[in-house]
Amino acid sequence: MAEKITNKSVLFNPFSRNNPVVVQILGICSVLAVTAKLEPALVMGISVIAVLAFSNVVISLLRNTIPTNIRIIVQLVVVAGLVVIVDQLLKAFAYEVSLQLSVFIGLIITNCILMGRLEAFAMANKPWPSFLDGVGNGAGYAIILIIVGFFRELLGSGTLLGYQVIPQWCYDHGYVNNGLMILPPMALITVACIIWVHRSINKDLQED
Amino acid sequence: MNKQSNTYTVIYIILLVAVVGTAMALTALALKPQQKANADADKMKQILASIKITQDKADILNAFDQYITDQYIVDSKGQKVENDIKAFDVNVAEESKKEAADRLLPVYESTVDGAKKFIIPVYGAGLWGPIWGYVAFNDDLNTVYGAYFSHQGETPGLGAEIAKPEFGAKFIGKQIFKDGEFKSIAVVKAGNKPLDDEDYIDGVSGGTITSKGVDSMLRNCLSAYQEFFKSKQ
Repeated sequence: MAEKITNKSVLFNPFSRNNPVVVQILGICSVLAVTAKLEPALVMGISVIAVLAFSNVVISLLRNTIPTNIRIIVQLVVVAGLVVIVDQLLKAFAYEVSLQLSVFIGLIITNCILMGRLEAFAMANKPWPSFLDGVGNGAGYAIILIIVGFFRELLGSGTLLGYQVIPQWCYDHGYVNNGLMILPPMALITVACIIWVHRSINKDLQED
Repeated sequence: MNKQSNTYTVIYIILLVAVVGTAMALTALALKPQQKANADADKMKQILASIKITQDKADILNAFDQYITDQYIVDSKGQKVENDIKAFDVNVAEESKKEAADRLLPVYESTVDGAKKFIIPVYGAGLWGPIWGYVAFNDDLNTVYGAYFSHQGETPGLGAEIAKPEFGAKFIGKQIFKDGEFKSIAVVKAGNKPLDDEDYIDGVSGGTITSKGVDSMLRNCLSAYQEFFKSKQ
């Protein structure tokens, strides 16, 4: 893509045209893990935006000092440090949310989107565009999580954010929650459906 | 300065690790009291949830003092243990792994609508991590008055359903003794019956291993209390 790189495109491209999940196919693993319900998907999305934005800024500030042969290690140390600090802060000031996230917050360290963005963008750009890139990619990831979480919770449990949305009379007339939706394979199939729709709209993304 | 030299690399990584390490240690130390207070408040909330009292986080300390009239520790023979440890501070996770005879067994007493309730903490293993809960008994120390369960990381929508009030509510009215003999309460697959004729509830469909975890958690933790239960019946 030979478009001019502006701050605006850095922020908004990852929403759709360069979405980390459906176009770059990064971070699929956590899409499987956290989307059986909408709420953890939402909180995970927010946490990834925060961690990605700040680790991008830190790495961007350090980019001219980092020895190239250990750059991945440096990135990992920074990300792991940030994730631990975010986890500690959540435990102190948002205890309920930290319980919700429990293991997922630690999983952010292994999220490939982080390494991908640090390596591809923050290592070569100034802090402010890096921050925007982090927010943009985090949000692009969060959007997909929310869409997948929405369908999986709605069809799998008949609820949204824990509230019953499919009325009782549907069940009385023989409607059954689709148990398969809350199992991991349906996360992949849902992501695949999103990719299908997304590529039918953006025909230039289709590969031969 | 040559940024590709070994010396630079080594010094760089040592400095980086020291800085990040210090930052993490400072954060952890600075936030510890706050985190402990949160964890305690959460534990109080869970204990109160077993006697069906839901309370805002802000008033939890007052509510706990108001509803929990007494707390003490017993041993496996049902005798009160006299020491300086408060029942609230007993680490149930560690106690539940010891031999039943060596355990410190916390008991909370509460008075709800004029009737005495006994709350027993339970702790066990689910599919991905620990599960725990609080089971409240009526003053016959046989019939369940209420139960609350929670977990660290069970699968949302499957095993994690044990944390829902609907799951705890299934235990209400079930009895752990049959003809004076301790039987626990079984958690079985829907449609099945337990082998030993004890009271049972249906497990979570799709959460078989977590349900089995609840079953063995109740068996393991409640059985240690049986002498205490018998002494009060």
